[in-house]
Amino acid sequence: MAATPLPYNERRQRIQVRLLVWPATAWLIAFFVLPLLVVFLYSFLTPSSLYQASGPLTLDNYARLIEPTYISVLVRSALTAIVATVICVLVGYPLAFFVATRRPAVRNFFLLLVIVPFWTNFLVRTYAMEFLMNDKGLVNTLLIDYLHLITDPLSMMNTPFAVYIGLIYGYLPFMVLPIYTSIEKFNFRLVEAAHDLGANDLRAFLRVMLPVTLPGVLAGCILVFIPALGAYVTPDLLGGAKFLMVGNQIKQFVDSPTGKPFGSALSVGMMSIVVVALLIYYRFADRDAA
Amino acid sequence: MAQIALPKSELVLQNSPGLRGDMAIRRVGKVILTIMPWLGYLFLWLPILVLILFSFNQSRTNAVWNGFTLDWYKLLLSGQFSTEKRLSTQYLIQAMGNSAFVAFFSTLIATMLGTTVALGMERLVFRGRRALDLLLYLPVVIPEVTMGLSLLLFFSGVFRGLNQLTGSQLALSLTTVIIGHVVFCMPFVAIVVRARLAGMSRSLEEAARDLGADEWRTFRYVTLPLLMPGIVAGGLLALTLSLDDFVVTLFTSGVNSTTLPLFVYGMIKFGVNPSINAISTLIVCVSMGLVLFSLILQRNRG
Repeated sequence: MAATPLPYNERRQRIQVRLLVWPATAWLIAFFVLPLLVVFLYSFLTPSSLYQASGPLTLDNYARLIEPTYISVLVRSALTAIVATVICVLVGYPLAFFVATRRPAVRNFFLLLVIVPFWTNFLVRTYAMEFLMNDKGLVNTLLIDYLHLITDPLSMMNTPFAVYIGLIYGYLPFMVLPIYTSIEKFNFRLVEAAHDLGANDLRAFLRVMLPVTLPGVLAGCILVFIPALGAYVTPDLLGGAKFLMVGNQIKQFVDSPTGKPFGSALSVGMMSIVVVALLIYYRFADRDAA
Repeated sequence: MAQIALPKSELVLQNSPGLRGDMAIRRVGKVILTIMPWLGYLFLWLPILVLILFSFNQSRTNAVWNGFTLDWYKLLLSGQFSTEKRLSTQYLIQAMGNSAFVAFFSTLIATMLGTTVALGMERLVFRGRRALDLLLYLPVVIPEVTMGLSLLLFFSGVFRGLNQLTGSQLALSLTTVIIGHVVFCMPFVAIVVRARLAGMSRSLEEAARDLGADEWRTFRYVTLPLLMPGIVAGGLLALTLSLDDFVVTLFTSGVNSTTLPLFVYGMIKFGVNPSINAISTLIVCVSMGLVLFSLILQRNRG
């Protein structure tokens, strides 16, 4: 069948699509998809001092990745991210509940109160945490000089504790916002009904409210877990040399002259964890939607 | 006596802790729900407020309050405020200029691309729409380190190739920073504009078409003005993201393309005096200013 030219409207639509959609798509393909493929490629290259990486293709980088020294960092990062996510849920849910159950007139104000600290620079916020937790920082000064509760400063900096606090501090708003959206849409009559059927508050919450607001909780979990896994600034400023996470390690290797292939392998390893997390998320999210 | 099958509600009554227990649960719940939100707000705000407060502290060794002073702010402007050569007023101003430059162009490009793609996605049907949807959301979920690394490797490779072929001297610069910023800003603009588009009723546009306006006129005089608040909101979001970005910029910046966050990072790493608090306070003020500005805009447009 001979190709007849498209009728005027369809041709116009095609042109419109191209004009509107292609610039952004081209940009993303060129500067997002392609670079990611480059990372994948680099992870199979051998380090070389001439061009920092060259053929032949090899699996050495991945073999090295599985070694205890390096896999432990990956595992530690994943566990840290999970713990941070869980604590964010425990702190974020009541906060979201509070905002969502305010009078509509003041609700936006309380919501803003959560969001505004989030709008300030992440680096500044992390430094503010460091300032508080320093040996000569506010917490210690209060405890030692003003309240006289202890004599030696609590050493909080450069510990896993500091990193956890920093991660929770940085990503808590990411958890609160989706949960807030879920609770705001929640029909509290369902809780009334549960009460009528004899449930106490705990039961009503666990059996009725939590399942219905779960999509918000899951969305918050993903929004916290992924950045926490790949965190760079927080472990760098608050964790010191002893608490290395994947993000820092990747930067270390990339900065060194022959470290780019292994850094890429590390990155692929981290991305695999992200993909697994997303798959888990989609499995649970779809189940609820159905 | 034979076991009678009780309806589920009776079973619930039988298995619950009883009236006393239930009341205890309610009381505990109320306590949790009253205390935790305020603790949460305190947790979120205290570090920032303390940071701002102590930027005026006269003591060099942080947390003991010694009196009010503007010295740390003056130090920022005085010239050299650290033994580290690169931490001086000159470089600070250069970093601020770089941040503004990058933010301006990133926001411009990201807003244009994001708005057009949002229009395309919401109003047209085409093959690959779902794939594009996914592609648009990916930069949002990817860890910044991976994105930074990918851009670094990509640019290094491309530059090496081009430099060999044409003898050019391309290197990481503010341009590469801008390109990276657009990648993660644009999806946010698209999300905001799409939300606005989805919520807009088509009746005004249809009325315009009924009155004889062609597609371009409808778009220019009806759709675009209605869409403006969304575009502005998306643009402000992109601006904030670009100004604040650290990790991606860290990977894609070259020798002379330090932005403000990178500069502050250097200050923190070199343990400079409370000038860090001072510059941080200034940054916080600018951020708050932007947020207030966007809120005022939203109020005015209704």
